[in-house]
Amino acid sequence: MVEAEKQERIVFSRPKALTDTTTHYCPGCIHGIVHRLIAEAIDELGIQDRTIGIAPVGCSVLAYHYFDVDFAEAAHGRAPAMATGLKRVQPDKIVFTYQGDGDLAAIGTNEIIHAVNRGENITTFFINNAIYGMTGGQMAPTTLPGQVTTSTPFGRDVRAAGYPLRVCELMATLAGAAYVVRRTAINPREIRRLKKAIITAFKVQMAGLGYSLVEVVSNCPTNWGMTPIESLEWIEKNMLPYYPLGDFKVAEGVENL
Amino acid sequence: MSSKILMKGNEAIAESAIRAGCQAYFGYPITPQTEVLEYMARRMPQLGRVFLQAESELAAINMLYGAACAGVRAMTSTSSPGFSLMQEGISYIACSMVPAVVVNVMRGGPGLGNIQPSQADYSQMTKGGGHGDYKVLTLAPSTIQELVDHVGLAFDLADEYRQVVFVIADGMLGQMMEPVELPEMRELRPPPAWALTGAKGRPKNIITSLYLNAPELERVNQELQAVYRRIEANEVRYDTYLLEDAEIAVVAYGTAARIARTAIRRAREAGIRVGLFRPITVYPFPYDALAEVAGRVQEMLVVEMSAGQMLEDVRMATCCRVPIRFFGKMGGIVPLPEDILAEIEALAQGKPALVAQEGA
Repeated sequence: MVEAEKQERIVFSRPKALTDTTTHYCPGCIHGIVHRLIAEAIDELGIQDRTIGIAPVGCSVLAYHYFDVDFAEAAHGRAPAMATGLKRVQPDKIVFTYQGDGDLAAIGTNEIIHAVNRGENITTFFINNAIYGMTGGQMAPTTLPGQVTTSTPFGRDVRAAGYPLRVCELMATLAGAAYVVRRTAINPREIRRLKKAIITAFKVQMAGLGYSLVEVVSNCPTNWGMTPIESLEWIEKNMLPYYPLGDFKVAEGVENL
Repeated sequence: MSSKILMKGNEAIAESAIRAGCQAYFGYPITPQTEVLEYMARRMPQLGRVFLQAESELAAINMLYGAACAGVRAMTSTSSPGFSLMQEGISYIACSMVPAVVVNVMRGGPGLGNIQPSQADYSQMTKGGGHGDYKVLTLAPSTIQELVDHVGLAFDLADEYRQVVFVIADGMLGQMMEPVELPEMRELRPPPAWALTGAKGRPKNIITSLYLNAPELERVNQELQAVYRRIEANEVRYDTYLLEDAEIAVVAYGTAARIARTAIRRAREAGIRVGLFRPITVYPFPYDALAEVAGRVQEMLVVEMSAGQMLEDVRMATCCRVPIRFFGKMGGIVPLPEDILAEIEALAQGKPALVAQEGA
């Protein structure tokens, strides 16, 4: 028996930077994938003992239960300000925020714009699923034109509710941004690309090059009223044309990391 | 060692914080406290410490929250409208039980108000201010020397109770100059065990104010309340002046108290037995000490640069056992010694000591 175990080679396991627990996320939600990829990146870079995460308000408010690193829970939208305070007093630590679209692109636009513009050496993972998940499916700043939510029951009318905000395009205009990219996680190929971007984002911070932000075009099967597979198809058909994947800012020096 | 230097109140706040080991300052310009920010902008980088001008008071308080989570001594300062913006963060900091220091150099309100001295944020500072059941230990200096001493004390008390501590000043204290003796530069202290410094050789630390489970949040609230009871038992501070044989007690704090002192001195010269009771901590308020005073004076005069906010605490302390007259100036008006003297004389001449809520 013992001999047999020795013969076995472990090819897949839980990353060390993830805790062994059950998450509260809905079935089919992309949060789980992104959590895992961030944890894998932390493991591969060997930074678990000097990484500090900041959770937002929204579905991922309890992210600190799932990552096995030091963690703070911020007020709604304020994670980049809190991260700034944490990082400025201990520049040798790796500080990241994990924020949804309501948190980052509505209530927290001021904090994210100024943190990026100052070129803070912090990393933000921005989960854009075009809806407020935790409060039950209201319009987000990233909700698509015509999209039905509980607060746009007749579809988002841009004349009344304004236009969906493209965060990467906006952040890429700021001088303090070093690495701003948009990815998704709708299939294994995109998941591999996302993982690479997450690793690069951390490396940008470790090299002190400035702000790194990875947007993940994500889903919400529960509040979109779809099966997980339908939600992935909906991303491809509706979200990606408005939120194209790509690299919006890759500052000098990032390519060599 | 007692060499005194002439300093402006706002600069004294900054230098005192630096000497107390403040490692990070975050602020936003607002009159009449901007010199704190400007002083920190020069001094902190010289010492290799963190200075950052935030994009708003909302960001400043959350940067302070972040630095406090890292376990360093950190501070912000502001004035009334900015202090209102900070309430969200202060509520989070209070619940998270991380030490931090916030100085409010009060100005006239409500709204944008003006930039003149005021004491109209008393209730906001002593009764909670933000959402939820929390209170903040609040020190009320009335001289620049006390401002220096209180800023240093605020850092020590914040560490001791793992709570945010306020210093309640006003535009008069912030802008005027007085000779002060500064404390020695203190060593920076290492971060405490609970701080977010990276989980190296220990389990991860979490700092949160979220407790979805109601019994758990009730337990956290009970812990907070227990801290407040300890603060109330151990940290009550007050000062008296010529109160031993007084028939009239003037109750005032901060700038109002130092003006009242002058009026009391003049009233004494005129033979009126009047003294001063000056709360130094306005939360915890010196209820018991003031109740004792109420038992031996015939009348009280409460003087504030507000419509009568501390007045409510004085009433609670005295339980209507003594008639209380109120004299308040609002909107950035600073009372003159003559104004207060006239009130004292009115009381001494047996004029009715009714509480006048509308002020002068």
